[in-house]
Amino acid sequence: MAIQINGNTYETDEEGYLVNLSDWTEELATEMAKADGAVLDENHWEVINFLRDYYEEYQIAPAVRVLTKAVGKKLGKDKGTSKYLYELFPYGPAKQACKYAGLPKPTGCV
Amino acid sequence: MASKRFLYINRKAPHGTVYALESLEVVLIGAAFEQDVSLAFIDDGVYQLMRNQDTTAIGSKNFSPTYKALGDYDVSKIYVEQESLETRGLSKDDLMPLTYEDEDDDWAEKDSIHIVSGAELAEIIEQQDVILNF
Repeated sequence: MAIQINGNTYETDEEGYLVNLSDWTEELATEMAKADGAVLDENHWEVINFLRDYYEEYQIAPAVRVLTKAVGKKLGKDKGTSKYLYELFPYGPAKQACKYAGLPKPTGCV
Repeated sequence: MASKRFLYINRKAPHGTVYALESLEVVLIGAAFEQDVSLAFIDDGVYQLMRNQDTTAIGSKNFSPTYKALGDYDVSKIYVEQESLETRGLSKDDLMPLTYEDEDDDWAEKDSIHIVSGAELAEIIEQQDVILNF
């Protein structure tokens, strides 16, 4: 599979995750969201950027339980809940947000 | 389901074979299911926790930063065998600092790495329900 923007082609796996992490741009994230019928607002970007920082530091996409806890610590307690994150990313916060962030599917996510 | 006590024993150098990375991934998956998880590093396995690893020259992924995420996964019992370190001329200072936040102690940051003798490790192994060797 692949995503095309302005004549450039970006390779993805069969579930839509970016193959080359370095291909990632905000435009690509927006395009991926559009394909899912979603529009990204600042709350989405906050989580997406958080995930990119997490990956940069630990070389891993966190499991949803870990993500929830870490978001609460970093972005405020009111945001570190499953409810908040599922409202932003109804297909599952770790799965969907990681996809838009250009990361691999979280380890342990089936 | 009652949680079981899992011990993952890591015996091999981090790069060159897939054992270390596979072990780490299984540990993270196991921890996501909220089991009671401990890790032991013996023999060349102690090299997995070395500071400042650089895999550029061998063209493989440097996954060593991922060990620092173990605390987030509530994996806080990491045992390193003293004799294995000594044989290789290493000490705890050569290893990455790994910490966790203790929920029962106002989230105080604590050390996850415990240096234990072979005899102490034998006792730890004795207490486990499931032991996986990598």
